[in-house]
Amino acid sequence: MSKKFMYLNRKAPYGTVYALESLEVVLIGAAFEQDVSLAFIGDGVYQLTKGQNTDGIGMKNFSPTYSALGDYDVNKIYVEKESLEERGLTLDDLQHLVWEDEDEDWAEKDSIRLVSRAELADVLDDQDVVLSF
Amino acid sequence: MPIDVNGKSLEVDEEGYLSNLNEWEPAVAEVMAKAEDLELTDDHWEIINFLREYYEEYQIAPAVRVLTKAVGKKLGKEKGNSKYLYELFPYGPGKQACKYAGLPKPTGCV
Repeated sequence: MSKKFMYLNRKAPYGTVYALESLEVVLIGAAFEQDVSLAFIGDGVYQLTKGQNTDGIGMKNFSPTYSALGDYDVNKIYVEKESLEERGLTLDDLQHLVWEDEDEDWAEKDSIRLVSRAELADVLDDQDVVLSF
Repeated sequence: MPIDVNGKSLEVDEEGYLSNLNEWEPAVAEVMAKAEDLELTDDHWEIINFLREYYEEYQIAPAVRVLTKAVGKKLGKEKGNSKYLYELFPYGPGKQACKYAGLPKPTGCV
């Protein structure tokens, strides 16, 4: 029986290795047919922002890889509403992440779910494993 | 040990993957295939080019399951299955085709 895995992303994308490491673990873990969810809170919401450019810091811009999550059957991506608001961001500042539903003739569906802090607490409560990055 | 391609010496890692993605050219795939006694056909190139486009867009080498699904969607069901892909790349479509395409080893591949 598959377990529910939650990857909780709390840090800005660059400056530390947490965001990239989390993404790599997610992609590796997705091969094992677990029930995978991602959540972005605090500065972690910056990981999903559009138009990232890393030319000035000599690091690889790995943000395009988030668009591949749908291919890996990772389609539950929670973003905390308060964290966005506290940073003056809205959903429009984030990449539009989608997945394709094979059962509905590859219909494109949104992966990102905007949730309040209280709603996210319930989602976390429902997980078997929570990995914090 | 570096490989020789068109008179240039290119660095590869201990498993034979190109160290610098930007040094790739079609001759790299030809040289690697020859070393593994494989003759590259248009069918091989279709997959190699598909992988390069996938990397360009997503910045990762896809896991074999993801590759199979994506090939099926883009090139048709008769190509998007393990049998077809393993016949082309007997050492594993993820590992072998990614290597020829100059990509890193697929994430999640052991």
